[in-house]
Amino acid sequence: MINLVWLVPFLPLLGFLVNGLGRRFLSKSIVGFVGSSTVLAAFVVSLLIFFQVKTPGFTAQVVSLFDFISVGSLHIPFAFQVDQLSALFLLIITGVGTLIHIYSTSYMHEESNESFARYFAYLNLFVFSMLILVLGANYVMMFIGWEGVGLCSYLLIGFWFKNTSYNNAAKKAFIMNRIGDLGFLIGIFFMIMQFGTVTFPEVFAKAAPLGMNSPVLAAIAIFLFVGATGKSAQIPLYTWLPDAMAGPTPVSALIHAATMVTAGIYMIARSNVIYTLAPCVQTIVAIIGVATALFAATIALKQNDIKKVLAYSTVSQLGYMFLALGVGAYGAAVFHVMTHAFFKALLFLGSGSVIHAMGGEQDIRKMGGLKKYMPATHITFLIGCLAIAGIPGFSGFFSKDEILASAFGVNISYYAFGLLGALMTAFYMFRLYYITFCGQFRGTHEQEHHLHESPAAITIPLIILAVLSVLGGYVGMPEVFGTKNLLAEYLEPIFAPSAPFAVAHHLSHSTEWLLMGLSSALVIVMIFVARSRFVNYQDTGAESTGLGKVLENKWYVDEIYDAVIVKPLYELSRFFRDTIEKSGIDRLVNGVGRGVKWGSQQFRLLQSGNVGFYIFAMVIGMIVLFVIGFLL
Amino acid sequence: MPVQYYIFLSIALFCIGVMGVLMRRNAIIIFMCIELMLNAVNLLLVAFSKMWADAGKVDAGSAQLFVFFIMVVAAAEVAVGLAIITMVYRNTKSVDINILNRLKN
Repeated sequence: MINLVWLVPFLPLLGFLVNGLGRRFLSKSIVGFVGSSTVLAAFVVSLLIFFQVKTPGFTAQVVSLFDFISVGSLHIPFAFQVDQLSALFLLIITGVGTLIHIYSTSYMHEESNESFARYFAYLNLFVFSMLILVLGANYVMMFIGWEGVGLCSYLLIGFWFKNTSYNNAAKKAFIMNRIGDLGFLIGIFFMIMQFGTVTFPEVFAKAAPLGMNSPVLAAIAIFLFVGATGKSAQIPLYTWLPDAMAGPTPVSALIHAATMVTAGIYMIARSNVIYTLAPCVQTIVAIIGVATALFAATIALKQNDIKKVLAYSTVSQLGYMFLALGVGAYGAAVFHVMTHAFFKALLFLGSGSVIHAMGGEQDIRKMGGLKKYMPATHITFLIGCLAIAGIPGFSGFFSKDEILASAFGVNISYYAFGLLGALMTAFYMFRLYYITFCGQFRGTHEQEHHLHESPAAITIPLIILAVLSVLGGYVGMPEVFGTKNLLAEYLEPIFAPSAPFAVAHHLSHSTEWLLMGLSSALVIVMIFVARSRFVNYQDTGAESTGLGKVLENKWYVDEIYDAVIVKPLYELSRFFRDTIEKSGIDRLVNGVGRGVKWGSQQFRLLQSGNVGFYIFAMVIGMIVLFVIGFLL
Repeated sequence: MPVQYYIFLSIALFCIGVMGVLMRRNAIIIFMCIELMLNAVNLLLVAFSKMWADAGKVDAGSAQLFVFFIMVVAAAEVAVGLAIITMVYRNTKSVDINILNRLKN
């Protein structure tokens, strides 16, 4: 089965080709079927691979397809690596991907035939790129996938390309990603320079003898991390992700919540040897992670666009994953990637269902009381909120708790800020929940009349994801519950090479119970605070003041970036256009033209038609040639 | 006779030819001057050929073959050139080359 791994990315690619080339003549049902079934088939293959990988004692296998780059001593094969980490990501990507494709068949149904097919073609291409990213057996393959998902993200954010602000959001995402990608690329070049290879096992084998705190590894780690901050929306490159909500909601769910943005976490988890050997970079990762988690959570507190809240929540949750990576809890980060994929995809799809029912309205102040109109969406959304808030028993609890416990072991301030972020998460998620689903309906009469539960193609993925959001956590139950942590055990071979260098932080069981109890109790308190404030929310239309206004405006980060980077760049390019171009380059080019014209006008006069003069000139020329010939 | 005499004579003939081409306006005279230049070269070729043959470096007459080539070419050139001059005379009633400063019309 492992040898058939190429099928996994190939099937979505096939779907992309069929839908992309046949977009003018395929009907919607065929497009939807091709789009979903190829990803579903990829999921089935992934499942078979997963069961083979899951058997104890399985070692990583590399399936080489062909030689991709072969220059001098550098060989980069086009190869897929099947191991515990990539198999898990395959399941997440194709599994959540399938559900979102099915959901999209209904959500995007109002599009024209052609753009419906275009949408599915892009989505399939995205799944293909993402699979290349996680399956690649070397950093260059990973980079190919990395760029591919960036492209698809751009195409899908700007899917409704007739809207200028959506196009701007797409461009913003693309450019910010490009900044990060440059870091990743430099990291790869560094790696080639130092190790002469980019294949994972070889790089790690050559990195280990360099020992702790080697500047080379630190440089590689920091450049790779720059790449990760771009793709995974961390400070300072996070501002593209909230704007990326311009894309269709299922796209936000798949690309900007469940899969693509976790590519950075995958990359660092994959490179765990390099990071463990560079503790200073790990500290940076942890600090950026916890800062992002906290910062994005504060912004999410005051957002009124249902998707923006979820977007900032995604940024914040990604921050937690980086915190986990930074404290060396790679398994916990991957665990949170998985649970987050479930509950955040669920929340986004739920918000899509709400937006659909509201006829495109995204402002939660104009919603309210939706629970009696949309029972399935309401229940699943509530489960998603409980999961992300970290209520015991739901998946988010286990993964977030594992991260916080690991952070506590390394540095108590990481834990404190992490916990603060978690409390804010609970607050803003339940603020969102209560404002949207409880209280009185605040929209127009027409919207109220139009309110309806979404069709089965939308609710069934919601229900499946809700079930996963509850059960997904039990694969990674901490050992204090007296069970084995199945996920940690499963992923153990991946992180084994870095284990000898890692500093172990073992918490006593009583401490773990204490931490768990503390966070759960505080989270529940926060939920009740949110309930008391927002269960009967009335839109007073009052402008918020002070800190609230700053939060509502996202700490003015976009404005600061605009003033510090974008405006000066525009000014610089205007200077180049008006001064350097107009009076420098243009003048030079025009001057050459004018000179030639003037010169030829002078030479034209020689052409008098006087034969005697011609002969004279010829003789003079001959004499000159003779003289030159004699002199040289 | 020393070869220098031939060289001086040949240079003199050539210069007369050049000056004639440059200074005269009559097309036929210019034509004759061109012939003069060609024959100055012929004279030089024959003289050098004789010189090298006397020195025993080459066979007598082998270089003089060039002279015949030049004569043949010159004859052909005269045939074409005189025909052109005849046509020019018929059209302009003159063989003054300064009248021929316009090829158009």
